[in-house]
Amino acid sequence: MNFVVLQFPASNCDQDAVHGVRTLGHSARLLWHKENSLGDADAVLVPGGFSYGDYLRCGAIARFSPVMQAVKQFADNGGLVLGICNGFQVLTEAGLLPGALIRNRDLQFHCEHIYLKTVTNESPFTSQIPSGKILRIPIAHGEGCYFADEQTLASLKAKNQVLWQYCDATGNLTDTANPNGAVQNIAGICNDRRNVAGLMPHPERACEPLLGSADGRLIFESMIHALQSRLAKAA
Amino acid sequence: MKAKIIVTPKKAVLDPQGKTVQTALEHMGYRGVKAVHVGKYLEIELEGTDKEAARQQLNEAAHKFLSNPVIEDYRLEIE
Repeated sequence: MNFVVLQFPASNCDQDAVHGVRTLGHSARLLWHKENSLGDADAVLVPGGFSYGDYLRCGAIARFSPVMQAVKQFADNGGLVLGICNGFQVLTEAGLLPGALIRNRDLQFHCEHIYLKTVTNESPFTSQIPSGKILRIPIAHGEGCYFADEQTLASLKAKNQVLWQYCDATGNLTDTANPNGAVQNIAGICNDRRNVAGLMPHPERACEPLLGSADGRLIFESMIHALQSRLAKAA
Repeated sequence: MKAKIIVTPKKAVLDPQGKTVQTALEHMGYRGVKAVHVGKYLEIELEGTDKEAARQQLNEAAHKFLSNPVIEDYRLEIE
């Protein structure tokens, strides 16, 4: 499978995303934000970093980059898109995902491992995550507090769009386990079509035991599994 | 012409910066501070003299880009 990893000025987790996919034996390449075509991409990763210096708002300027037109088209056609950290911010600013990410409630930048509870296996981003398995994944953000109004939250819940929540080591959704104040401990969501997702934690930094956890692989493996199933059906 | 845009967090949104500034003011001895909200101020210098046309354009820009309507409100003044 071919993963395309977008690169905006000041993205800094793009190389990690490429490496993460390659450790799984699949192909990944960088795509500069000024490009107009995704080429033969099977999936798009919008990586972490501080695109455009987080000026104005995180992801506010990157969402208008030329490549985002192609990403929107790709998403409209059902293509798989995953936004990680700044990538999640870009996708909410672009309106491809609902809600917004705001400053962490304690105003601190959090760089640490957290635990994630997978809320549903019914998505191309979570299907291969064993039921009940708590994922240990690193975060590194100052503006990762997910916010959505009551109406949006109700809709997310009704359509099963919350994919991951911050939890403690045993899976409890406590306030202490919430590193940034995100409403309902929401760490990641998908759109209503379930082909676009975003999360604040960095699964690409958790693809090898050497880095402290390989739990992030499960998210990429879910995407690969979905792509392979689609291919099999088309045949 | 000069446009002045003030962007503020929506009431429903957590404003830890505002809270922090409020606490600091209290510690500094300023009494009677009920609340503080921290926002953003933009000044945009424009060519031309058509205020109405400018207002229309800037309202669109403010809604689409300069503010995020999910979490922010904005006020626009043109002089």
